[in-house]
Amino acid sequence: MTRYAARRIFFIIPVALFVCFITFMIIHLVPGDPATVLLGEEATPQNVAALRHQLGLDQPLPTQFTLWFWQTLHGNLGQSIQLQQPVLQAIFQRLPVTAELGFASLIYSLILAIPLGIYSATHRNSWVDWLVNVISLLFTSIPGFILGLLLILFLAVNIRIFPPGGYVPLSEDPSGNLRDLILPMFTLGTGAVAVNLRQIRANMIEALNQDYVRTARAKGMPENNVAYVHALRNAILPVLTIVGLQVGAILGGAVITETIFLWPGVGQLAVQSLLSKDYPVVQGVVLLSALSYMGANLLVDIGYVILDPRIRFDKE
Amino acid sequence: MAIPKNFSEDIPALETQRSVIRVPWLTQILKAFRQDPRWWFAIVLLVFILAAIFAPFISPYPPLQYHPSVATQGPSAAHLLGTDALGRDQLSRIIYGARLSLSVGVATILLGSLCGIVLGIMAAYFKGWVDQLVTMFIDAILSFPGILLALAIAAALGPSIINLVIALAVGRIPLYARIARGQALQAATFDYVTAASVCGTPTWKILFRHILPNIFSPLLVQATLSISFAILDESALSFLGLGAQPPTPEWGSMINDAQTYLNTDPWMLLAPALAIVIVVLSLNLLGDAVRDRLDPRDQARVTGAIQK
Repeated sequence: MTRYAARRIFFIIPVALFVCFITFMIIHLVPGDPATVLLGEEATPQNVAALRHQLGLDQPLPTQFTLWFWQTLHGNLGQSIQLQQPVLQAIFQRLPVTAELGFASLIYSLILAIPLGIYSATHRNSWVDWLVNVISLLFTSIPGFILGLLLILFLAVNIRIFPPGGYVPLSEDPSGNLRDLILPMFTLGTGAVAVNLRQIRANMIEALNQDYVRTARAKGMPENNVAYVHALRNAILPVLTIVGLQVGAILGGAVITETIFLWPGVGQLAVQSLLSKDYPVVQGVVLLSALSYMGANLLVDIGYVILDPRIRFDKE
Repeated sequence: MAIPKNFSEDIPALETQRSVIRVPWLTQILKAFRQDPRWWFAIVLLVFILAAIFAPFISPYPPLQYHPSVATQGPSAAHLLGTDALGRDQLSRIIYGARLSLSVGVATILLGSLCGIVLGIMAAYFKGWVDQLVTMFIDAILSFPGILLALAIAAALGPSIINLVIALAVGRIPLYARIARGQALQAATFDYVTAASVCGTPTWKILFRHILPNIFSPLLVQATLSISFAILDESALSFLGLGAQPPTPEWGSMINDAQTYLNTDPWMLLAPALAIVIVVLSLNLLGDAVRDRLDPRDQARVTGAIQK
């Protein structure tokens, strides 16, 4: 199994290099000169030249990339132009906020999706099943920002149950923090609920059609046991893959959710730096997000091998 | 040969067949509507498409005309969906916004699928290091979560509609490249492809005339399914301020403007929000219905029905 893990990690390295290269090229997509764009039209030539030197833009491209890559490997993602602090520091400051939102949304989506998916699969064509289908279809059609704003409209503005935004750190005010968490968590997680729900339901239905389920029923096993002991174990595994994909969706969706609910997380940092053309920060955020996503999927793949003995023995 | 006298007795079915189908395609369409209620959403979509095409004729006001005196009003007789912060009519802006959203969605998919298909076919046909490179490129793009890549590209290129299309298209490339590559790998094994290359047909001709037409169908299905997601992402990016710039009417940026007026004029939010949701929902349902219809596994059912 460790051989499989080592091989996977080895093959990911070229892709990671490619990811770094694409991220590096972002700043070079800017039409014209990035330094001039950053400083505006009234900037003096000396300022522009200084900024170009600071960003390393006055060197030939391969040198730039090598320098940038070398610095990145050492953990130096550059200096934020707007915030006057190292990019990595700016990201790490905001990481706990995004992590809290992301984890809460992921857990919320699984808590909702797994039981509903199982029930919907075991009670097909019931009204629950129908409702589940309608809901999952609806929620894949509502973009995150609309859902968030609708939630604010109905739950924070008209009926003042939840605050319309803002964030209080957990260490300062736990109950306030949790109250601020509810609406963003629903916004970010509900899209994932729809996807997970569909997946679990499909997997359970397929598992329930298998021969071993028929055998179990023929042996006289209670239906409950059939579902939870046999079918569920086999159905849950592909869900792991979906969860890995959800990490990416949540990383992307956090950008919008944090902007709407004014959470000072990495997503909001990304949007602010995008709009203020703070390219080093943009590159840093994009790079770290991509690497985290790759890491999460790598863990999922390895976890798959651990949890499913068939894969392990096929490989070895 | 003369028709035998007992013709009608020999083939009683001919005589009893009363229904004369003069318009087979119309019957097919009506049948589809009856069997699968999702096809009704094609009408909804058609309404939006027609509204987008005939926008100048059917919108009650010019979309850019503003009257500060009637700003942030809810629905009224004069303004069916209310007005926005500058007093512009929401309904007109939504109708014109349909133009933008639909065309950006289609353009994104066209650009992304073209680039992806080319890459996929090249990877499948040339194999070797080309294949490795393309696969690595696909994996790399897929490693960027969600809309982050599109955000970064759109921000770097500058806020405009064309840059929006480019940024969104890049994210679509991997999907089409993968499908095209898989299908082309299959198609390349067919005998007529081998025969063509043996005969000395130039490579580009083989790719275009032999491989491409055979991989078309699943790609088309995927493209129609993807338009809804393209519109979703496009409105998200416009919501954040990258894309159509004010005063161009666009659903995402209209929602952005509505944020500050949530408690005074909720219809500023609801009107464009409903537009987006209805269009995306219709596209999703239609895409599912199209896929179910074109699924090769169901071909037997379809051909059996036609033969009846």
